[in-house]
Amino acid sequence: MTDAITAKGLKVHFQTAAGLVRAVDGVDLSVQRGAFHGIVGESGCGKTTLARALIGLQTATEGQVSIFGRDRADWAKADRKGFARAVQFIFQDPLGSMSRRQTVGQTLEEPLQIHGLGDRTARRARVQELLDLVALPATVLDRLPRSLSGGQRQRVAIARALALSPQLLICDEPLSALDVSVRAQIVNLFARLQAQLGLTIVIVAHDLAIVREVCSAVTVMYLGRVAEEGAAKPLFADPAHPYSQALLSAVPSPDPRTEATRARILLQGDPPSPRNPPPGCRFSTRCPVVEPQCRAAEPVLRGVAHGGAAACHLAGASVHAMI
Amino acid sequence: MNAIYEVQGLVIDLYTPTVSVRAVDGAGFHVAPGETLAIVGESGSGKTVMTLGPLGLLPEGVAVDLRGTARADGKDILAMTPADLSRLRGGFFGVIFQDPMSALNPMLKIGPQLARQAQVYAGLSAEAAKREAVSLLARSGIPDPEDRYDRYPHELSGGMLQRAMIALALAARPRVLIADEPTTALDATVQAQILALIRQIQKEDGIAVILITHDIGAVSVLADRVAVLYAGQVAEEGSAMDVLTAPVHPYTRGLLASVPDFRSETASGTKEIPGIPPNQAQLVPGCRFADRCDQVQPQCHRRRPRLQTVGTGALPHRVACPVVIAAEGIVTHD
Repeated sequence: MTDAITAKGLKVHFQTAAGLVRAVDGVDLSVQRGAFHGIVGESGCGKTTLARALIGLQTATEGQVSIFGRDRADWAKADRKGFARAVQFIFQDPLGSMSRRQTVGQTLEEPLQIHGLGDRTARRARVQELLDLVALPATVLDRLPRSLSGGQRQRVAIARALALSPQLLICDEPLSALDVSVRAQIVNLFARLQAQLGLTIVIVAHDLAIVREVCSAVTVMYLGRVAEEGAAKPLFADPAHPYSQALLSAVPSPDPRTEATRARILLQGDPPSPRNPPPGCRFSTRCPVVEPQCRAAEPVLRGVAHGGAAACHLAGASVHAMI
Repeated sequence: MNAIYEVQGLVIDLYTPTVSVRAVDGAGFHVAPGETLAIVGESGSGKTVMTLGPLGLLPEGVAVDLRGTARADGKDILAMTPADLSRLRGGFFGVIFQDPMSALNPMLKIGPQLARQAQVYAGLSAEAAKREAVSLLARSGIPDPEDRYDRYPHELSGGMLQRAMIALALAARPRVLIADEPTTALDATVQAQILALIRQIQKEDGIAVILITHDIGAVSVLADRVAVLYAGQVAEEGSAMDVLTAPVHPYTRGLLASVPDFRSETASGTKEIPGIPPNQAQLVPGCRFADRCDQVQPQCHRRRPRLQTVGTGALPHRVACPVVIAAEGIVTHD
């Protein structure tokens, strides 16, 4: 079966007053059907731009994206509505992505109207079904987004994205605006929806512990490139790229007993600017195990012990044992 | 208990043109020199208002009614003149804000902002203050501090700005450092650096640190003691070890269960607390957490639970939930 998403040589560059920003700079990505695929990395690594470019919200400078085996650009051009029925996007800020003057009921019904799905009664029934899917009470139907809590707004955004029964959902940091206890509710909602509806979900996130918890596959990005990829649990248990190791090491344990004893990798400095990525390996300026060859040649992804791949000349030569 | 900053029975009502909110409802805390206290809660729990409110640092454009007691080094803060309070805020307390860009003056170079603080509050000469500013930048882990002294805030990256913010908070040689969500806006690898820096400063200077946060990981890294705040009240407090590894209050248990620990083999997934925090504009009697609690009893809706001391650790572990205490036969000591 074809993958849900295949991206090849994807580049997104922005011309700015301060120079060319290489936000995404040569990314190959495969997302399997039915996967819960996490894309992680720090600000400026290009994860949001990548997610937007996958569905054409951002024009790619170079490269190609196929979704369910069809060229994304051709598909969206030939059958815009059909594409929208198959692929939906959820934004980081639910309030900013909804009309402030539309009630929840109107927000959820609008996609059904645009796509001419059902008469008024059938649409109302579908809206009720959507509320049930995301566990919202019918009392929210007449409310405006502003009067809802953050978690309720994100549920409405998810319900709207599900209105057309898409097969693929791409979510840009859907959790970062939420409180801890509410974040867990939304994470569990995604997991349940995926099991219930057989969705493929791509989620851009910076909360690594949650990605480890719910995702089946993960892509770690650094400065516009893929640093490491693989199945989530094996990769988190045995990361091969020194950047993945440092990123995981940076996440504190909620258990002070673990925190008191574990070894930490502290990176120096901030990630460099995507305006001016360093030559060779992009992580070479902060890498604790850097060698001369790393500054000379850019590493490509190659297979590593956990079954995925890492873009590191020294992959396997670990900083030290992790976790 | 030689508390250097102590707040008791604090009630803070905030009035906007349309609504009044009881942001803090009879809560309190204390912190001693050399100790790190974490005040943990979700948005709207009142953690920032409770800590900074007694110092007069409150949301703008909101009328405030504040009652209770607040003491800094034994002195009654609430009885102070505005001039004394201002001196206390600038010198005795140092605050690291969540967003350094809004705390630093964008029109002034970084170094002179630090030097001025050191001059006014630590009483240094102009020349000594400049030297102090450069050494503060270096101490905060900013490479090439002489160069950064002459930079404007917008010329620094997010991580470097947060370091400059820390340097600014230390410039007056404070005795209490308050860090309000100091890492929320930062990336994971930079968060780890900033937490390590705060811990190092705390060790070297032996000052009191109050960490206001919703990040349990940051608490586990830094805190000696923890107070868990829910809807303006303290649900549980005690040593970080007691509260994080043997929580008693159903809210604390729920909060911790909703945070996955990927290093733990026994991690049982991300559990959720159903519902949302109560509307603090329409307060009901009884326990604030009752509507979301899986242990709720009829009495919870009628009677506000008081903090009871449980366990026998060196630091008192106090919990405001008679239901769990009774159900699990936990011995109380007061």
